[in-house]
Amino acid sequence: MQLGFLVDLHLCMGCKGCEIACKVENEVPLSTWRLRVKYVDVGTFPETKRTYTPLRCNHCENAPCERICPVSALHYIDNGIVNIDKERCIGCAGCVMACPYGAIYIDPETQTADKCTYCAHRVASSMMPACVVACPVQANIFGDLDDKTSNISKYIMEKNGDVQVRKPEKGTNPHHYYVGGGNVTLNPLASFRAEGHSLFNDMKHLPVGGHH
Amino acid sequence: MVHETLSATHAVVTLDVALPGIVWPWFVTMNMWAKSIGTGIIFMLFYLSKKYANDDAVGALRFPVAMTSMIFISIFLLFTLADLHQPFRMWHIFFYPHWTSPITIGAIMASAFAGLLTLLLYFSFVKKDNAAYDKVFFWTMLLAIPVTLYTAALLAMSTARELWQMPTESVQMILAATLSGSGAMILLGNKLSYEAKRDMGIVLALSAAMAFIIYMSEYIFGPMKAEEVAATLEFIKGHGPYTTMFWLGQVFAFILPFVLIMLSFASKSESLLKLAAVSAIAGLWIVKHVWLMIPQLLNMS
Repeated sequence: MQLGFLVDLHLCMGCKGCEIACKVENEVPLSTWRLRVKYVDVGTFPETKRTYTPLRCNHCENAPCERICPVSALHYIDNGIVNIDKERCIGCAGCVMACPYGAIYIDPETQTADKCTYCAHRVASSMMPACVVACPVQANIFGDLDDKTSNISKYIMEKNGDVQVRKPEKGTNPHHYYVGGGNVTLNPLASFRAEGHSLFNDMKHLPVGGHH
Repeated sequence: MVHETLSATHAVVTLDVALPGIVWPWFVTMNMWAKSIGTGIIFMLFYLSKKYANDDAVGALRFPVAMTSMIFISIFLLFTLADLHQPFRMWHIFFYPHWTSPITIGAIMASAFAGLLTLLLYFSFVKKDNAAYDKVFFWTMLLAIPVTLYTAALLAMSTARELWQMPTESVQMILAATLSGSGAMILLGNKLSYEAKRDMGIVLALSAAMAFIIYMSEYIFGPMKAEEVAATLEFIKGHGPYTTMFWLGQVFAFILPFVLIMLSFASKSESLLKLAAVSAIAGLWIVKHVWLMIPQLLNMS
């Protein structure tokens, strides 16, 4: 079994329901996010459009975070999920540095690394991840990539040619796919991130692990 | 490269969460800087003990070098520990080791290195046994090589921080060790002959010149190779937040020591050699700090 995720960006409307569901389900502390939806505006007025991109851990087949973790706190489980053992983590932040997707953070409450686990605890009870359940337009598709009859496998087959991963050149083989993605949505260097140009005006950067 | 992309897309992030700040702070700079001195001075004593085997002044450096190395390796270990968010779980590294991680390998090697230094201190200070010291010293010098290099592997495993490439980082780590090690030896070896001090000056000047060439090569040619490198180097170009610090580091670590050593050779001035050593050691901290910080400013997502 190889669990994977696909987000159809044609369907996503940026409601952030997935973001909130994730926060609630996993009790993600203030100032940190396992999953977030990024808004990027493209073009010049009046020819503009807004794009929405949910960003979470890619559960890579060749995960740099798993490789760099000195104590195997980040580890693979049988269904392909890259899970984290917070009791074992020493908080060296090697994984935060190694992840090319910025998907890992230091939890300010536990002072250990944390990230999206595809809701491994829910999956173990045969439930869908919280973000999948919350999505009102079924833009999040989750399932077994090894099973040709799963929804995600069928979706990938149908949308063949419009399916992408983030930063494929890094050789991480992500198990997280995007339909309808492009340079602006998947490459952080393709958009300008201005100081104070966001709802979180004075919060462009946060101290890692909170104030301690 | 990044500018071209931005002008093509006209894309602006209009809503997103706050990005994480600096993940590895100046504690890691201290770690790399202190380790360079701790291993570098071992390399230098090895060189001097081979070239000037019969010089009593070199023999007299056995204890001071082992002690200096121990002090700086202890600083390195202390700051490594202090940088952990869960320092009391450090023992997990030894009880749940993950062998693909340079952190695991490095922690074990550095601990073994500290153990060998303890033996050197014991043989030089307590037992006064030079033969035993020299036997252990050879293995200490050998182990100092991977201890110097492993941080380069750690940086290189940070996948999308393309500025940290293994080939250049490994060379820079060795050059940092020879630069700071020769500097420390110039300051420590007051009683060394002028020839020995001049040798240390040559090592320092060559290390400075080579390190400077590599930094300038990356500064000029790096942006042509990868978008991430171009974006990272923007932080040290123009009005970038680290531009001044970058050039201060280059001047104090490499340019000024090189010039001072050339002048000292012309005038046979040992004071200039010492000034070059101090400048190189202090400048190295700045250089390492800038190179550690700028890839962390890059937005990964």
